[in-house]
Amino acid sequence: MKNFKKTALASVLGTATLMSAFGAMADNHPVKVGLMLPYSGTYTALGEAITNGLKLAIEQNGGQLGGRDVEYVQLDSEANPSKAPQNMSRLVKGDGVDFVIGPVHSGVAMGMLRVAKQSGAITIIPNAGLEAATNQLCMPNVFRTSFSMWQNSFPMGKVAYERGHREVVTITWDYAGGKEDVAGFKEAFEAEGGEIVEEILVPFPSTEFQSYLTQIASIDPDAVYTFFAGGGGVSFVRDYAAAGLKESIPLLGSGFLTEGNIAALDGAGEGVLTTMHYAETLDSEANRSFVSAYQDAYGVAPDTYSVQGYDTGAMLVQALEAVGGNTEDRDALIEALAQVELESPRGLMSFSNSHHPIQNVYLREIRDGQHEVVGTAVEQLEVPDDACQM
Amino acid sequence: MDLAFFGVQLLNGLQYGLLLFLIASGLTLIFGIMGIINLAHGAMYMIGAYLVWDLTMRLGNFWLAIVIAIPIAVALGLVIERLFLDTLYKRDHLYQVLLTFGLILVINEAQRIIWGGDVHSVAIPAPFDASLQLTDNLQYSVYRLFVMGVCLALAGVIYWVIRHTRLGIIIRAGAVNRDMVEGLGINVRTLFTLIFSVGVALTAFAGMIAAPLTSITPGMGDSILITCFVVVVIGGIGSIKGAFWGAILIGMAETFGSVLIPSIASMVIYLIMAAVLLVKPRGLFA
Repeated sequence: MKNFKKTALASVLGTATLMSAFGAMADNHPVKVGLMLPYSGTYTALGEAITNGLKLAIEQNGGQLGGRDVEYVQLDSEANPSKAPQNMSRLVKGDGVDFVIGPVHSGVAMGMLRVAKQSGAITIIPNAGLEAATNQLCMPNVFRTSFSMWQNSFPMGKVAYERGHREVVTITWDYAGGKEDVAGFKEAFEAEGGEIVEEILVPFPSTEFQSYLTQIASIDPDAVYTFFAGGGGVSFVRDYAAAGLKESIPLLGSGFLTEGNIAALDGAGEGVLTTMHYAETLDSEANRSFVSAYQDAYGVAPDTYSVQGYDTGAMLVQALEAVGGNTEDRDALIEALAQVELESPRGLMSFSNSHHPIQNVYLREIRDGQHEVVGTAVEQLEVPDDACQM
Repeated sequence: MDLAFFGVQLLNGLQYGLLLFLIASGLTLIFGIMGIINLAHGAMYMIGAYLVWDLTMRLGNFWLAIVIAIPIAVALGLVIERLFLDTLYKRDHLYQVLLTFGLILVINEAQRIIWGGDVHSVAIPAPFDASLQLTDNLQYSVYRLFVMGVCLALAGVIYWVIRHTRLGIIIRAGAVNRDMVEGLGINVRTLFTLIFSVGVALTAFAGMIAAPLTSITPGMGDSILITCFVVVVIGGIGSIKGAFWGAILIGMAETFGSVLIPSIASMVIYLIMAAVLLVKPRGLFA
């Protein structure tokens, strides 16, 4: 019996020593940052821009977070929603990362957030714009550094009315992202007193727009508001210009209509108005130094996605500085992340109670193949998050 | 919709249908005569568009780019047929489906490695970079009219070859009874190589002339492939005439469906296919 007590004591002591040794090691352990982004397929460019931006921000902090080195675990999400839960589990449970950065695609976000809920893994979304992520789904461990569809389209409703448009046709793809975007525009435009005379939904991902353009011409509204992205955005803007509609019916859109595609528009985009939380031409010290640092590091100009990655990195830098590199006390870490305020290339940025960015949304006009900032459409816009009580 | 806009929509439907025909004609030839379900057909459409974009960038001339891109497309078809399909003719259809599906993945990934994931476009080439004023506020690109003309001309050429040449007789016979053609001493192997190369070249060419009218993106051929299968099934497998009228029908249905019954627009072509198959299970012209 005595012997047993001794052994028990010894093992308890031994375990305690071991644990404290681990504790001490943990401080010197690199911070593990898991990236779950598309590195293949349609969204590759977005995944790479976000990764580049993130690494640049951490590199500018001496490659460290809170005094600890950083280890990146990069996982190709393939922008594939069906693989999202499994990929996320691998990062959280298999690799034991401290943070997960991702995804780009809203469908992937749904799968990721399910695992984030079960595991409590701290997740920062650097792109996906689905409203639910920081509203209905509402988790203390989930942050977003990008936008929601509503946030970029709502300001255009106000702008459209102020520019004298009273009857507007909206056109977008028949899928969640497009409908959320148009709903934001509609809410603001109708609140001002404007009327949506037709809401056109195009089967996703069709880019055959001729019949819809003919329909728009026959309705002849004051303006057209649209959300398309990627190849669809390019096709729509070019077809709209080729149909000769741009002169008589101004084209308005959320920023993603032309973001990253401006070269492919080939002049057809001149004069198109969009609202967005960033523009490469923003005239601020923070933006100028970011653009030149990014250009030096990667040899290409940054875009909105790079900024979102950069701000994600800057957010980690600031939060881990505040907690002295301690990733064990999760509550303190989450609190520190929520308190982050950034002098971002996009302007001042902080986080709402639902962990969504409060940020400026700019009105941009395409001039000489660039998004020129016409003005700030709404200062420090906060998104509706009534469904989220933390 | 008043009469003028109705007329414009007819034009839109016709133009879309004619382009569909060009893509579907290659598909139906390969399907009907060789019995190969070429799932990689859409990928070839994409390759055509990327080739012409790349060459236009390098050479600064769209027409020259097309002239160079066509032989490349033919060669690509030749290589695929000789290198991959040739070993699978004796096997079951499933092997060929698997192979051509694999080709989609390989071609899409190769596209990304060579040309990257960005969206590109080709400017509408002179002398067709003008517009016609159709209504008060609506213009129509002359290039679209040109594309219609080219598609119609090619349809005429294909029809003539199939109806009035010895090669056409063999092709028609091959579509009906392949074994009999072989029994009559026709070298089916050469015929297959020819058909596959021409089929691939037709869809790649469709991608080339469509390039100035669309945006060039990874995977752009995948969605058009499904529509083309619908065209082929409606028209009757192996029938060029069927592909033509099927394509016009689908072009009109998509155009008017999207405007008149938008809530079920994406279903319309499948409803038509189901209706046709109920009445004529082998397609309209089989």
